[in-house]
Amino acid sequence: MNASLCSMCAFAKSSIGRKIIVAVTGLALVLFLAGHLTGNLLIFAGRDAFNDYAQFLHEVFHGAGVWIARIGLLACFVAHVWFTILLTRENKTARKKYAHQATVQAPKSSLIMIWSGLTILAFIIFHLLHFTVKAGTDYASFMQVMPDGSERHDAWKMVIVGFSNPLVAIFYIIAMTLLCSHLSHGVASIFQTLGLRSKKTAGPINVLSRIYAIVIYLGFISIPLAILLFGFGCEACK
Amino acid sequence: MPLLNLTLKVWRQENAKSEGRIETYEAKEIPTSASFLEMIDIVNERLIQDGEEPIHFDHDCREGICGMCSMTINGVPHSKERGITTCQLHMRKFSDGETIWIEPFRANAFPVVKDLVVNRSSFDRIIAAGGYISVRTGSAPDAHAIQIPKPDADAAFDAAACIGCGACVAACKNASAMLFVSAKASHLNHLPQGQAEKDQRVLGMVRQMDEEGFGNCTNQFECEAVCPKEISASHIAKLNRDYLAASARDSVS
Ligand code: SF4
Ligand code: FES
Repeated sequence: MNASLCSMCAFAKSSIGRKIIVAVTGLALVLFLAGHLTGNLLIFAGRDAFNDYAQFLHEVFHGAGVWIARIGLLACFVAHVWFTILLTRENKTARKKYAHQATVQAPKSSLIMIWSGLTILAFIIFHLLHFTVKAGTDYASFMQVMPDGSERHDAWKMVIVGFSNPLVAIFYIIAMTLLCSHLSHGVASIFQTLGLRSKKTAGPINVLSRIYAIVIYLGFISIPLAILLFGFGCEACK
Repeated sequence: MPLLNLTLKVWRQENAKSEGRIETYEAKEIPTSASFLEMIDIVNERLIQDGEEPIHFDHDCREGICGMCSMTINGVPHSKERGITTCQLHMRKFSDGETIWIEPFRANAFPVVKDLVVNRSSFDRIIAAGGYISVRTGSAPDAHAIQIPKPDADAAFDAAACIGCGACVAACKNASAMLFVSAKASHLNHLPQGQAEKDQRVLGMVRQMDEEGFGNCTNQFECEAVCPKEISASHIAKLNRDYLAASARDSVS
């Protein structure tokens, strides 16, 4: 038992072990994004569909489901950020700079991973305060009256009102652009770090990674763009 | 024969402890048929004639097999030409009037000894930590005593082409030694003779790599682009896989 604990901590201290932790937590977050996007796109299906979905999320396992997901995601997120910061700090000190610097084939997105990542971190904190905690807003008072006269939280209206603020929408779009960049290198990296990339699969993995990043990007920005540019759902703002 | 007049920006450093600096030299009338190292030889002869200290650099075979000629040319180890070492680089690849930056391989795990000469004994310690197989010495075994499937033999051979030059480390933004370590581990891990000590090898070599102060791989594959032996980064994927398996087996044993 002691020996196995010891080899676990050796793993978490080694460069490859920490990278594998970053890859596995990254994979969890990547899959979460796909689910989150699918749910969000229900906004275009209308107020009822979107609020049904929001209500469903809050009622799975008598309300425990959403907390299990939140705690799991938070753990992945913290581990992902923590280990990347450790690795990046080591990488910065592993060498001096060349007087004449050159890059042969590293993609731009791979060179700014820490910066795209930290911007996404800042965004997520804002995003949670904005839509989950609803700090400094009256979103919690938005109610949808059901045909039977009962009331439920109107998440649909919250999103429409939230994104009608151009500053919020612009910050959101900037963050999604960096997320797209982060994913285009990150998704491919998961395969390499978990040892699933070979000479044959390298090409398809790169393509898959880029396509995934673009789908996530277009999917997420479609919502603020629809609200801001095309006035989608704006009868709710009044 | 066409002659080139070049400007060299060369890293000069007295010893491991001193601060280095870039110095400028004119390299006049260099024949295009010269190799890059011969170009430095010519410049050095003139420096010696003028009573100056020649530029110190490492070299040995001058035919791309020993891996000694470590230097970074215009920011790229062994120059931007693919699949060659510095000693295999010809001056015809440069044009008249060009400025060439020449620096040592940069990594804290490769301390500068003097000018362009670096100490790469960290690589030797990684090999000593697992880059070997234990065999009984004595009379040579029959060549066909252990059969090796062709794909394994080919993969092992690809990895075995690594000459330990260190260009992968020098090119990596994080000074990571993953391409070298993965090539050396993959070479033996692909062969039946390497199986007995496989886990011990992978864990030992990675531990030593980390202790030497190399950085962590961020999958940018700069290493693959500069490797004179064109070792594929798929060996790194294999090392990651083998390391995960070895750690798992180690924790349950
Ligand atoms: S992997 Fe390539 S670049 Fe790295 S030490 Fe071996 S031969 Fe040199
Ligand atoms: S001097 Fe031997 S490889 Fe260049």
